[in-house]
Amino acid sequence: MKRINFLDSTFRNVCLICTGVCGAITVALVVQLSSASSEAWHTFGWGLLLSTEWDPVTNVYGALPAIIGTLLTTGLALFIALPLAFLCALQLVEAPPALSKILSHGIDLLAAIPSVIYGMWGLFILCPLLQEAFWLLEIDTNGFGVLAASLILALMILPYICAVMRDVLKMTPALLKEAAMGVGCTPWECARDIFLRHGAKALLGGIFIGLGRALGETMAVLFVVGNIIEIPSNLLEGCTTISATLANNFAEAEGLQQSVLFALGLILLLMTFGIQVLAHCYLRKTAQMKG
Amino acid sequence: MNTVNTAEHMVNSKIKVRNLSFYYENGHQALFNNDLDIHENAITAVIGPSGCGKSTHLRTYNRIYSLHRGQRAEGEIWLDGVNILSPEMDVLSLRRRVGMIFQRPTPFPMSVFENVAYPLRLHFKLSKREIGDRVELALRDASLWEEVKDSLHKSGQELSGGQQQRLCIARAIVTEPEVLLLDEPTSAIDPVATLKIEDLLLRLKERFTIVIVTHNMQQAARISDQTAFFYKGHIIETGPTQRLFTTPKEKQTEDYITGRFG
Repeated sequence: MKRINFLDSTFRNVCLICTGVCGAITVALVVQLSSASSEAWHTFGWGLLLSTEWDPVTNVYGALPAIIGTLLTTGLALFIALPLAFLCALQLVEAPPALSKILSHGIDLLAAIPSVIYGMWGLFILCPLLQEAFWLLEIDTNGFGVLAASLILALMILPYICAVMRDVLKMTPALLKEAAMGVGCTPWECARDIFLRHGAKALLGGIFIGLGRALGETMAVLFVVGNIIEIPSNLLEGCTTISATLANNFAEAEGLQQSVLFALGLILLLMTFGIQVLAHCYLRKTAQMKG
Repeated sequence: MNTVNTAEHMVNSKIKVRNLSFYYENGHQALFNNDLDIHENAITAVIGPSGCGKSTHLRTYNRIYSLHRGQRAEGEIWLDGVNILSPEMDVLSLRRRVGMIFQRPTPFPMSVFENVAYPLRLHFKLSKREIGDRVELALRDASLWEEVKDSLHKSGQELSGGQQQRLCIARAIVTEPEVLLLDEPTSAIDPVATLKIEDLLLRLKERFTIVIVTHNMQQAARISDQTAFFYKGHIIETGPTQRLFTTPKEKQTEDYITGRFG
């Protein structure tokens, strides 16, 4: 009896410590980023968020190009991945069970590929391919830039969104499907008008999860984005993202520049954190509504 | 089995089922050589104990069974002289002509108005005004207009069960089908709402040919003109409802309607 009690309390304490450490690390990270970036905030104020300048020689820095690059590549990636993921999910649900299982595993595997491999693939295959493709259209580009980064990101978030969509489509009651087909829908109309609306909220949750991943992705983007700290004027131009800027500059940064990089880190953390919180709130609300 | 007297010959048969057999994906045979005539502008009730194949039979009339892998029907179902089981049949237009209402209400995840407008948009090119007019008409025909006219933009899924089922009826009749199939439409609905739907069906039979599957014999007796009794995938007896309920010709029919089994 005593032994059980002892184990019980020890076990509980170990769990408590583990949880506490995890929570403390998150808090410490935010505190650390804030204090390390305080110099940058003091020097530039809110101007840090709005300035496009980036000049290590005169020590003037602005985060806007990186923020815009991040939002642009992420947004475009989502725009590319969403319809693809929907069509994939539709196929997974409609295909014969055996085939669907194989395809399903294939798409899940996409999520397991390390991002550096996506980066290499982008660098050696996708960018030259884009270059040649646009040469055919007599457009001069080296292939690196917003479009390449968005394509890679789209591929990376596809499995997450697809998995959520697949589950949503599977959860649609059979009777609702029969009712939709009963009024004369084609399978496509049924999926687009009935399934999508039925699972709209859950789908949004899946999109948020994909977004969170795309926002913070570093390695794959770093290889193909071009790493130019400017606001791109078109999709074939090079740009940078917050995470790529961090990875590129940390090694030799010091003083004010280092502080600016910490500020960028804080901005990114808050962006992804915000997306995650939104996603969780949304999913919880949906769960409540379904009872 | 399918005794047809001369009086019944006078009526026009909207649907003629001949030698219909049905198989599920595991090879299980659910219907055996069904022959049945569905009279135009009348209510035909399909009764029988659960698992006797009455729903399966109904689900062949708009080929909704074909959504499910491996299910197949053999034989012929003639709708106005066209065999709807033939591979050339356009199932989308078939389903516009043959509407279906299910055991539980199936409102689409959209507003009351959009629920009824949706099939219209699928099948016809209409102006906004025409759609509005026809939606109102269908809701009036389904005795639902007075209850929802002020909340047309509320979600259809927020209505009560009985209202949802009438919404589904409005959705089914808005495209002016010729046949209405009802698969135990009141089994999930309270008795008052059930009576409303029965009244509604009695009015609608002037315009539509109605086939209703029901496990409720009182319901069949109350509203139907013709009744078909199913047992274990066979059609045991068909005939005018009153005759079938008062003087059944088959022993099994008599046992069932007197409550000896089922």
